Amino acid sequence: MKKDIIKGKVYVLGDNIDTDLIIPACYLNLVPTIPEEYEKLGTYAMAGLPDEYPPFVRPGESKSEYAIVIGGKNFGCGSSREHAPVAMGAAGVRAVVAESYARIFFRNAIATGELYPCESVDRLCDAFRTGEDAELDVAGSSIVQLRTGRRFELRSLGSAAPVIEAGGIFQYARKTGMIG
Amino acid sequence: MTITEKILAAASGKASVEPGDNIWADVNVLLTHDVCGPGAIGVFKREFGEKARVWNPDRIVIIPDHYIFTKDEKARRNIDILRAFAAEQGIKHYYDVGTPSYKGVCHVALPEEGHVRPGEVIVGTDSHTCTRGALGAFATGIGNTDAGFVLGTGKILLRVPATLRFVLNGRLPGYLMAKDIILRIIGDIGVDGASYRAMEFAGEAVAGLNAEERMTICNMAIEAGAKNGIVEPDETTISYLTERGVKELRPVIGDPGAKVERVTEYDVDSFEPCVAEPHLPSNYARARDRNDVKIDRAYLGSCTGGKITDFLAAAGIMNGRKVAVETYIVPATAEVASSLDSEKIGGKSLSAIFREAGCMDIAPPSCAACLGGPADTFGRTHGNEVVISSTNRNFVGRMGSKLAPIYLASPLTVAASAVNGRITDPRELL
Ligand code: SF4
Repeated sequence: MKKDIIKGKVYVLGDNIDTDLIIPACYLNLVPTIPEEYEKLGTYAMAGLPDEYPPFVRPGESKSEYAIVIGGKNFGCGSSREHAPVAMGAAGVRAVVAESYARIFFRNAIATGELYPCESVDRLCDAFRTGEDAELDVAGSSIVQLRTGRRFELRSLGSAAPVIEAGGIFQYARKTGMIG
Repeated sequence: MTITEKILAAASGKASVEPGDNIWADVNVLLTHDVCGPGAIGVFKREFGEKARVWNPDRIVIIPDHYIFTKDEKARRNIDILRAFAAEQGIKHYYDVGTPSYKGVCHVALPEEGHVRPGEVIVGTDSHTCTRGALGAFATGIGNTDAGFVLGTGKILLRVPATLRFVLNGRLPGYLMAKDIILRIIGDIGVDGASYRAMEFAGEAVAGLNAEERMTICNMAIEAGAKNGIVEPDETTISYLTERGVKELRPVIGDPGAKVERVTEYDVDSFEPCVAEPHLPSNYARARDRNDVKIDRAYLGSCTGGKITDFLAAAGIMNGRKVAVETYIVPATAEVASSLDSEKIGGKSLSAIFREAGCMDIAPPSCAACLGGPADTFGRTHGNEVVISSTNRNFVGRMGSKLAPIYLASPLTVAASAVNGRITDPRELL
């Protein structure tokens, strides 16, 4: 992760984006560790959003055009379904930048290594518009809005950093000698 | 140390822990079900190898409950995965579908079957695993990857949460239920008001609740973002567990004067029957302020509101009355289902009361429409039905249709609303 720079389009959401919005329960029959079903989950990422939102994955496409999702407070609240970060990761999302996270979503994002759950200092969901480009520097803890050149600071990853750096809970446990 | 800290210290072999410490805790019980179990098993095999053995087959409990009575092929395939894994690994606490050992909703079945002990660490691949805290355990929901890790090692990396203590003074009047307490607290602190924290519930009102009502409160701790909800074990806890044959209880309680982040006190006699309006559990409103809201459907079920205490309360209201809207009765477990026949009010069984009131035929136990699910799920919404429900989440689309608004309420309030066809404070009918 040290030099991870993610450049791409952002998709902007508000507060309390729950896991039923990220991946509705009718798709939880898909098993994330089965490769075809992993891909399929990606096509349903954000399928629970009300219909007035722009499509996250265009019909017929398998990937989303958005590499970064911007949220407000309490991103990923609700269920423990790991299908949520997995669906986003499978759709091609590399990072979420939100003001705060629900505990299990944050944990699942890190444990799986599917995406970076970055925390913003400012309320970025008011500053960004869906479809515009941004450049996220994970290690440098900042995100730049390319349209305006504004740079926004991100919070440090705190005690989660070693697990993120290792690339997930298994890699972390191997690195620290917990498992062989 | 608080009860939560004491349990985590013991589980990690430390003399003491503090909020913020990262610890590797020994897991006493890992729970999984048909929605997340196959993925957790997939992670376990990917990381530890096809031939790997689980850390301890007797500490793994597998309770299929989500997508049971559906024709969906993948849902059925997922149960086959669980069955094969249980057989391969010698997991005897597997409650198979279509057999007499089938239970229903895992969070209610787990304590019923004696898998919960105070002072233990219980993790489950379901956010409502926190229900267990009602019996004095540390219990929290985890994802598939963490569960795959636990399957192989019996350990979990945890950050010790700070504790928010809620002291509920007074005795709960008959028109209020545990659900009114927790919806009020979530309304006050918000859906992220307890993020990363332990919610500890104490006080006379909690002491006066039975184990099932305590479960309702701890079940919804996650709806405030908490890591766990917990009630210190007492006589009620011990007698609930001993009745279920749980032996060698080693209850843990917090130290007097243990440091907590915040104490919030309430007098429950000032509480009112309430609802959580769409689309967040924190959208608190008094039921009597919403009695102009017409409903199309009432739903009684789930790990929150599908226990026998919940149906006793609802039947008390429906007894001798008719429901005005379609009313779904979904017992959480097989034990609850059979109690609907054996429990009586004025000589009449609860099932008879519901039938005579005009409720839909009682469904077999499962999660059913609590989380929407496959299109053929019992009670699932498909249009713009306005639902009042004893479940725990009212997110957009939670019960199936994105257009169907959901009001959460206590079983008493759901039953009263079913009778009147509009949101109703149960005091109108008690
Ligand atoms: S009853 Fe509802 S909340 Fe409870 S475990 Fe089942 S789906 Fe989840």
